[in-house]
Formats: sequence, structure tokens, C-alpha cells
Amino acid sequence: MDLSFNRRSLIGSGVLGAGALLSKLLPNSVFAQTPTSVDTSLPSEHSVPVHGGSMTMGDVDNARNGFDPQAILTDWNAGKVSPLPDGKTLREFEISIAERDVEIAPGVVYPAWTYNGRVPGPTLRVTEGDRVRIRFKNPGIHPHTLHFHGIHSARQDGVPGTLEAFPAQEVVYEFDAKPFGCHLYHCHSAPFKRHLHKGLYGAFIIDPDPKRHPDQEEVAQSRLLGSSENSKWQELLMVMNAFDTNFDEANEFYAINTIPHEFMKRPIRIERDRPVRVYLINVTEFDPINSFHLHGNFFDYYDHGTTLTPTLQTVDTVMQCQAQRGILEFTFQEHEPGIYMFHAHQSEFLELGWMSAFEVVA
Amino acid sequence: MKKTTWLWIVLPLVALAGAIAIFLNSNPLALLGVSTPPVENLIIERTILNDKGISLLVRAEGSEPMQIAQVQVDGAYWQFKQDPPGALPRLEAAWINVPYPWVQDETHHIAFITNTGAGFEHEITVAVPTPGFSLTRLLAYGLLGLYVGVLPVALGMLFYPSLKTLGGQGMKFILALTLGMLAFLLIDTLEEGLELAGTAATAFSGNALVWLAMVASFLTIFTLGRRGGKSPEGHTLATYLAFSIGLHNLGEGLAIGSAFAVGEAALGSLLVIGFTLHNVTEGIGIAAPLVGFNPKFSTFFALTALAGLPAVLGTWIGAFAFSPHWAALFLGIGAGAILQVMVEVGSYLMRTAHKLGGTWLSRVSLAGFGVGLTVMYATALLVNV
Repeated sequence: MDLSFNRRSLIGSGVLGAGALLSKLLPNSVFAQTPTSVDTSLPSEHSVPVHGGSMTMGDVDNARNGFDPQAILTDWNAGKVSPLPDGKTLREFEISIAERDVEIAPGVVYPAWTYNGRVPGPTLRVTEGDRVRIRFKNPGIHPHTLHFHGIHSARQDGVPGTLEAFPAQEVVYEFDAKPFGCHLYHCHSAPFKRHLHKGLYGAFIIDPDPKRHPDQEEVAQSRLLGSSENSKWQELLMVMNAFDTNFDEANEFYAINTIPHEFMKRPIRIERDRPVRVYLINVTEFDPINSFHLHGNFFDYYDHGTTLTPTLQTVDTVMQCQAQRGILEFTFQEHEPGIYMFHAHQSEFLELGWMSAFEVVA
Repeated sequence: MKKTTWLWIVLPLVALAGAIAIFLNSNPLALLGVSTPPVENLIIERTILNDKGISLLVRAEGSEPMQIAQVQVDGAYWQFKQDPPGALPRLEAAWINVPYPWVQDETHHIAFITNTGAGFEHEITVAVPTPGFSLTRLLAYGLLGLYVGVLPVALGMLFYPSLKTLGGQGMKFILALTLGMLAFLLIDTLEEGLELAGTAATAFSGNALVWLAMVASFLTIFTLGRRGGKSPEGHTLATYLAFSIGLHNLGEGLAIGSAFAVGEAALGSLLVIGFTLHNVTEGIGIAAPLVGFNPKFSTFFALTALAGLPAVLGTWIGAFAFSPHWAALFLGIGAGAILQVMVEVGSYLMRTAHKLGGTWLSRVSLAGFGVGLTVMYATALLVNV
């Protein structure tokens, strides 16, 4: 090894050193990875809050679906009413299975199973003590049932082997409506979970009969659909549901009345001076609980709706396990008009669609 | 050609077209009772994070055109703009722009929900602003490339005067060392190419693309090199060496550029210095065949540029315009080029050994090969994050 070689290796390290110096002269923005502020303000094209862009894109074609989540809020089906010889009222309903595609979120088509073509199914609304008769047709290709939450005989239970309608069959359910409250019905055919989460559920509301509750007749009257006391109320049905569109046993979309963010994009109009009653039902699959949280206000809660005095007073959040339900009563009488949000307080559900709002008007 | 020859070229093609037409019209799959649901797949090729939010270049790989209905960021549906809008036909790409307030240095998860409800997920491991295209950045990335490619090759060539003083055995050692180094580069390049191929759309058959590109480029360069009837030596061999190492360095540049751009270069400057050390051996290898051929100074200069500058190009492409299937193709070509120089350096080693009256296989050449592999492996410890 001679001297010249040493000199050259010195030159080599000299290059490295010079390079290190040179690097100091260059702007270090690429390397330093300094924080930059992100502009979160969005040009808002919406008349309602878009919640900082955290929202599904576009709108669902309700006409193609054949049902409108807004209409479902107040679409009470009281059935065909006739008197029975013993003086009771008979209410007759017809429910038919439709295994069909539903646009369950803007642009997302889901192979749903439905009662009467809609999700949730028709809202059956009867009065305590009525005779209820439901003619149930199954033109689908899977067996299905109607399983009512209520007091009835085992023969009317609507489970596999009992009043289960096989394809092309028709069965009839008949029972007396009790107890009064906010209930539900759903399919109980196997596999149970799949029949439920594909859309086979609906509300079954039994109004109290005021004559049977002399101590709280006025309260009972206000719950009875069609009474003058009841017409003062703004009553809304909210079914908390969700869809697992990729069948991985976890939901991709959460909503009330099926369509995510529907009531955020078009808030529910509330007249400030009339009290609000919400029939809230949780049919979410896969997640053990769901919840309801109201902004800027508190409510009274009647668990299962089976009492005339609240089971929870002055709360702003309530949680329900799967198939749990209840009635919420509140008023905006002393509030400023404006947008009041309500949503699941599981932020996961909120960000996946279960985010809504009331527009309170004077 | 005769008429009948033509006829028997055209006829099978006509018959093939006819068979396809009959298949499509009669749909014989229906007899199998198969109703074929559309197969969907979505490849995320590029991610850009800036003050406008997150932009992703997605490529559809569905049997039918795919419609991206919704986009989730971290489990929240988010408003987005697709450019160009509409359904994405097979192998078409579009930008999805989400005005999401991402958080520096944290991880974000994106999910695309299509009209069928299928979901495709993508993880941004470490969110850092993606370098926009500017002259400063171009220079900064260019400097990275110089460190990784040009500098080490130039440093390696500084060994040339000492190589000249080596005797025959020493030359054998250096050539074997070069072979060892090349063997490492071949494996490294192939591995890198196959890894990238795995992230490309499956329709591009990425793995096959890498292997086929390697075979094709090997045969092409090998044929080119031997077109004079004998294997290249001296300047020519050094040029082929520089060319193949250049392609390998392009791959390294790509890896470094894209790693910096997506914030995955956790070790930053250590990574670059590691590559510099790692690549010094390349310069020695290129200089070795020049011993005894009295190269001019400008030759060293040109060879250094040929071997090193592709790294600069690579960092630019990696940082600003990266697509995995093209990168995989280049790395396949690079692997073929390395294979070619391995054959030629090997044959040069054999001839050198022959002149000395020995065989290519000796303790000296084995030691050289081993040292070449070991040095590359050891310095690779610095760059494998």
C-alpha cells in the first residue's frame, strides 16, 4: 500500500464530509417531516350541517327502493278494523315476504329480505286488548316466520316448526294484543342471525287502553293513536338497524330506519310547541348494544313502553341491547329554534351512519 | 409464401374467432348452473397526503366495471370526489380525493365500499405530507440518489490504482468478489421486484412479469454482448457491469424515494449512509475488468454516471410518480442484466485463471466470492429496516 492510496481514501472521506455540509444548505422540509396544518373547512353545498365532511356521499333512490325512511317515521299501520261478536276489536294485517335488492346506503345495493318490500317492515299499531290477525305469505325461496314480542300462546310463537311459512306457503297468526308498549316482531327462522340482519324486523306498538288505566287515564289517552290528546304529540318511529354488506359479521352501515345519515342530510322538522314522543327499537345485529343520545335536551324514558310512568327520568342518553326498545318523551318548548342533533353515542356507529338531527322551528 | 401456407395461417385464426363467438353467444357456463357474481378487487397504487387531505390512486380489477359508492377513513364515512367520476372499468385507475384532516405521524385506515357492499382496505402506516413537485425537492431527492448511487460507485473506483498493483491471484480474488457482490444484487433485485409485483394488480401477472423480463433482458444483453463472437472484456465488460448495476441502483432509488415519500423511511439518514457503504463494492467490481486496459479518466467518469445516476432517476420516480407494475418490470430487466454480467465476469475469471495456469475454482476465488457476499450481506444489515 503506498502513500497515494492513503491520500485517495482521505479524498473519499472528504467527499462524505463535504456532502454532510452540503446537506445543511439544502432545505430540510422533505427530511424533517414537520407538521403542517390541514385545512378542514369544506365548501359547504348543503343547507344542513355536513359535519365537517364526515358523511356518506350522495342520496338513496327512495322511489326505486319503494319506501322512504322519512315516511316510515310516522307510517302507522292500524290494520283493517272490524268489531267481533264479543265486542272486541279485530285488526287484520297482511304481510308478505319479498327477498329483494335494497339500496341500503347511497350507491350500495344489498340483497335484503323484507316484509312487504321495506326495511323496517310495516309498523303495526294496535290497542291493548285488540284481537290481532296477520295473514303471512311467503313467496320467497327461504322459510320465514313472524315472531312477535308480546304475550301469546306457544302455538302462535312463529319459530321453526311453529307457524313457519315455507316457500309458497301462507300462515295466519292470531292473538290478543298485550301488554301495551313499544314492541317488535321479527323472523325467527334458522339461521336466526342471518334472517334478522338481512332485514326481517318491524315495529309492533300496542297503545294502552285508557279505560283499563283509570288512575292515569290522561297519560294513556295521549298514547292512544287517533285520540285528540294524542294528536298534540309529534310521534316518531325510529328503528336502530345496521347492515353487514360484506358478510363478515360486522356492520358497514348504521342508521335509524335503514338509510345512513338520512336525517342528518334532511333533519326531522319539529314544531317547538308540541311535545315529541319517539318509539325507539334496537334491532342492530352483531353489536350487543346500541344507544340514543339527544343534543341540548333531556328526556323521560319508558323501558319497553310497558308503563305509564317513566322508568328513567331526565336523561340525555339511553342504551338498548339487541331487541330492547322503549319510548322517549321530550319537548323543545323552551328552546331556540335550530338544528339539534341526536345519534348513537358509540362514536363508531355515529361515524358509520347513525347520526341524525331535529330541525326545531318556532 | 405459397397460397396454402397463407390459408393455414388464416384458417386457424378464423376458427378461433368463431369458437369465441359461439361461446359468448351460447353461454355454455349456464349448463354448469353457475351464475357468476362479479369478482371485485381494488389496488391502491399511490397515496398523497397534503393540506387538501388524502388522495389515493386506485385501480379497479373487477370482472365488471366497479363503482366506488362510499369511502371510510378510520371507520367514518367521508365525503369524497372521484376523478374521473363513474364506474371504473377493468384495469382503469382513478383518483379518490378525501378532504380528511389527517394527523401527522399517525396511522390511518381507508376502506372503499363498492356498490355491491364489498370493502377494500388500505393502511397509511405513518402519515407524513407527500412531497409536492418542486425544484428544491427535486434537488433534495437528487442528492439522495447521488449518495446512494454515484458517490459509492465513485468511491469504489478510487480503489483502481490499488487494483492495478495486484498480481494475478489478487485479480482472481477481486473478480470472484465481484461475482459474490453480483450474486447478492441478483437475489436482492429479484426479491424487490417480486415484492412490488405482489402489490400490483393481479391482472398484470406481476411475478411472471419479473421472471420473464429477467429472462428476456438476460438473453438480449447476452446476445448483444457476444455479437462480436467473443465474450466482452475490458471497457466493454466494465460498461455492461455499470449498466446492470445502474438498473439495480434504479431499483434502490425507487425504494428509497417511495419510502421517503410515504414516510416509511424511519431511519432516514442512516438508511442513506447504509446504502452508500453497501454500494462501494459496486465501484470496485466495475473497475476490476479495466485492470490492464489503461482506461482514461473520462472512462471512470462515464462508468460512474452509468452505474450511479439511475439511482437519482429512481428516487425521483419513487417519490413523485410510482406505479408498482412498472417498477416490477424494471427490476426484472435489472435482474436479467445482472445475470448477464455474472456470466461474463465469470467467464473473464475463468480466462484469467487459465492464463495463470489454474482453474476458476480455487481457494482464492472461493474466498473472494465469499467476501463479496459477506460484505454485501453485512452492509445490508444497515439498510434493511
